[in-house]
Amino acid sequence: MTAGVPTEFIPPGPQNFETPPIIHGVDWFTKPVLVSALSVVVIIWFFWGASRKAAIVPSKLQFAGELGYNFVRNSIARDAIGSADYMRFVPYLTGLFFFILLNNIAATIPLIQFPTFSHIGWAYVAAIMSWVIYNAVGIRKKGLWGYFKHQTMPAGVPVWLMPLMIPIEFISNILVRPISLSLRLFANMFAGHILLLVFVLGGEYMVFESGSIAIGGVGIITFLMALAIAGLELFVQAIQAYIFVVLTAQYIGSAIADEH
Amino acid sequence: MLTLVLPLTEAADEAPSPLLPHTAEIIFGFVFLVLLAIAFAKVVVPKFEKAYADRTAAIEGGMNEAKAAQAEAKAALEKYNAQLAEARQEAAKIREDAREQGAQIIAEMREQANAEAERIVTHARAQIDAERTQAVASLRGEVGTMATTLAGRIVGESLEDEARQRRTVERFLAELEESESARQAVGTDG
Repeated sequence: MTAGVPTEFIPPGPQNFETPPIIHGVDWFTKPVLVSALSVVVIIWFFWGASRKAAIVPSKLQFAGELGYNFVRNSIARDAIGSADYMRFVPYLTGLFFFILLNNIAATIPLIQFPTFSHIGWAYVAAIMSWVIYNAVGIRKKGLWGYFKHQTMPAGVPVWLMPLMIPIEFISNILVRPISLSLRLFANMFAGHILLLVFVLGGEYMVFESGSIAIGGVGIITFLMALAIAGLELFVQAIQAYIFVVLTAQYIGSAIADEH
Repeated sequence: MLTLVLPLTEAADEAPSPLLPHTAEIIFGFVFLVLLAIAFAKVVVPKFEKAYADRTAAIEGGMNEAKAAQAEAKAALEKYNAQLAEARQEAAKIREDAREQGAQIIAEMREQANAEAERIVTHARAQIDAERTQAVASLRGEVGTMATTLAGRIVGESLEDEARQRRTVERFLAELEESESARQAVGTDG
């Protein structure tokens, strides 16, 4: 606003994600911890309320709860795992889906505006849990050697190709899956948030600090762009929650599948 | 957003790599996910699944009830139809019986009338016969007397002798009767 020497613009980066502890001196109590704890409370409160008096003729709240529950139960778990085994994975998958969904959406909710999964620790935990579960159920069903064979030796591949196939399949099915799961979720949230920061902070700098009317006008356009990107991010946030849970369900399904 | 902007103003120094996790967040993430899974497994899923099972049972029960009601209605309809057919059959049988009975009554009456007529005819014939016999008997007496008287007069000789007189009359009458019965037999044949 004041025509003077423009201050230097510092582009947003990883340092923007290092929020200080909410209570000074309590280092573990960070913003993502608070947001995810809130999300757990909201999820349990909502589904407990919706299912507490579950009846044949649902109330509005029960109907809403069933809508969300059915989405994970039928279109994710049952389709990917198969109707014989899917029920015992529904609790984990439902909890996982709504946990990721709410924490992603939190990045768009005013005053919170922080995607929990842009801190990679959360993504690691979720991916490792999924990894442990699908490997564990696979080993329990087929035995260690049988499961290894099932995951690394696809049926119908000639024997002379096996030296090539086994390492490739082992790397892709056992080693890479948790990394790709966690990185996909983390990177989407991280990049989306940085993109938003670039437009908001850049726009702010252009409007308030540049001292030029023309650049200020561009800054307003930049703000409008930030709004559009926020809308796009909302979509990405929901999609990423869906993808994470669908892939988890598919990994479980393929681990306990009878045939390739 | 302000909280995010704040660290920026403190001048970016060495920020840790975003790929390195915070230990606290890994612990919390694990705890939260396990907590959610347990909450869903213990409370939400059983409640919803029970509601689904109840709903399925209710729908199936309703369908079975409707099916039973339909079957009942069908059975009642069949019963009524059967009863109606039975009633119709009975009516037809009654009509048939009445017709038969009527015909029988008519036949009986005709037979009775015929018998009566025959009886009357027989009776009349018997009476006629009796009357004729009586007439013949009375005539025989008179004719005998008259003939005797006439013959006595003509011959001039008294035929006082009782025995002779009777013999003569008897012989005459026997001849007369013979010829008459012969004529009568021819007459009835004719």
